[in-house]
Amino acid sequence: MRAISHPRHPFRLSSHYGLLILLSLLVLGPLLYLLAQIFMTPDEASQYPPKLLPSSFYMGELKNAIDTVPIFGFIINSFVLATAIMVLQVLTAALAAYAFVYIRFSGSRFWFALFISTMMIPWEVTIIPNYLTIKGWGWLDSFQGLIVPFAASAFGVFLLRQFYMQLPRELFEAARVDGCGHFRHFVSIVLPLSGPAGASLAVYVFLNGWNQYLWPLLVTSSDAMRTVQIGIAMLQFEELTSWNLVLCGVALVLVPSFVLLALGLKPLVRGITAGAVKG
Amino acid sequence: MNSQTYSDKSGQVLSPASAVSARTSIHSGRLKRLREQLLGYVFLAPSLVVFILFLFYPMVRSVYLSFQLTDPRGRVAAYAGLDNYTQMFQSSDFWSSLWITVEFTLLTVPVGLILGLLCASLVHSAGRGSKIFRFIFSLPLALSVGTASILWMILYHPSLGMLNYLLGQIGIGPIQWLTDPGAALGSVSLMTVWMNSGFPFVLLLAAIQGLDNDVMDSSRIDGASMWRTFFSIKLPLLSPTLFFLAVVSIMNAFQSFGQINILTRGGPAGSTDVLVYSIYREAFINYQFGTGSALAIVLFVLMLLLTAIQFLVLGKKVHYQ
Repeated sequence: MRAISHPRHPFRLSSHYGLLILLSLLVLGPLLYLLAQIFMTPDEASQYPPKLLPSSFYMGELKNAIDTVPIFGFIINSFVLATAIMVLQVLTAALAAYAFVYIRFSGSRFWFALFISTMMIPWEVTIIPNYLTIKGWGWLDSFQGLIVPFAASAFGVFLLRQFYMQLPRELFEAARVDGCGHFRHFVSIVLPLSGPAGASLAVYVFLNGWNQYLWPLLVTSSDAMRTVQIGIAMLQFEELTSWNLVLCGVALVLVPSFVLLALGLKPLVRGITAGAVKG
Repeated sequence: MNSQTYSDKSGQVLSPASAVSARTSIHSGRLKRLREQLLGYVFLAPSLVVFILFLFYPMVRSVYLSFQLTDPRGRVAAYAGLDNYTQMFQSSDFWSSLWITVEFTLLTVPVGLILGLLCASLVHSAGRGSKIFRFIFSLPLALSVGTASILWMILYHPSLGMLNYLLGQIGIGPIQWLTDPGAALGSVSLMTVWMNSGFPFVLLLAAIQGLDNDVMDSSRIDGASMWRTFFSIKLPLLSPTLFFLAVVSIMNAFQSFGQINILTRGGPAGSTDVLVYSIYREAFINYQFGTGSALAIVLFVLMLLLTAIQFLVLGKKVHYQ
């Protein structure tokens, strides 16, 4: 099957690959630039005309970035934030999705429609009152303030509901006959079975949390609470003299994302495509 | 489930002798149903509480605040009626900000979709090495607005940046990427297309891989050219995915903020002052929570309209199998 779809003509074949290589260079270009910069000495990095490649794998600037900038503090903050949001969102979504699929209660259709309708509210529209709420509770510059507003998402409920509806109904009936209540059914059967969909949601939510920008910008003010995205942007204004120090920081922030992408591309894609084909 | 068998009606036709036992079973049936009902809400409660506190209540409060004047601490100082709105609609800043948002959308969304479609088609029909290319084109998924913006800010540097150096090599004079009012929006758009290119690619590749290979092959055997196959068969079949992507990308474009805040701060001369940035500026730089909320409500209405229009107009032309 694949053989047929191959462009067979040698000229076509090479133009096909030529275009692919050109496009990948466009995508990779800035990243390759970043990669070259982090191994340069400050002198090399500030040369003009700019050097394309470092003369050696100099690690001094990376070390320097780690030493002079509270980058690890930022990374830990973002890690705590993204992990907490991930765990909470998967849990609340699993509970709600379970209710929509397995529990018969009046108004369930209404609540589901209401949940889905929240996807229509852009987060930016609610940001002013949310800021005032968090401020009123004294939660500015704290983990609660960063995490709690994102503890639930309609997208997660929707994704897991779609998944639960595909689970064999007999499992549920059998558990009921065995006298297994909803809580036990949820904890011992449905939750362990939500692996694939749960993983998709988890990777997606974690990356979103790691990449958050506007909300942490508003609610954090001290260096101790800054997240990576904000911290890295601040760095750039303070240390304008040494670019590759800033770029070393950028690289350090990107490492966890790339690792997660390499490990979790499959579930991530599954999650994204599941969201795309709304039933 | 079980409770249905013990409905009230069956209880009525029972003889008096069995009435007592029936009553207890009606009772336990009702109790069961009540328990089930309650349990439903217990399971929904965590999500519901978060939605109420951080989505529904703020939505209502945004509307309320948009009719008020506030002090810098966010407390309501006076009722403003429609003043916030009339002022907004009369200010040229608002209309230019709206237009810039539309321009930004037009600059980023079509290019992003075409690029995604091109990369996905090429990767799908490439034989050897397609996995490497798939990985490369998915890489931008890992980027965030913070890291990508900083990287491009350095690339865009007018005198020392790599982009102007490379352009200089082919004889093109230095471009003031971020400080020329005529270029800034284009520069921000270019960086945005790059940063967001992973999502359309991944989605379209999955969609192309899901297409029925037999249809593709038979059309090729019929002698249809690669381009005709693409435009008359593939594209219509991909239209649901493209439609979804268009909706999501337009909404994303309308909500862009981070790259603007880092690269240009709405400048130069307001040339990149998109809607969300103007909300941020009003509320969190000027501390005008009332006018900021009015802007936010405009954003909300626009998003609703966009969704409605897209589903009504485009929805009809989209090919669903």
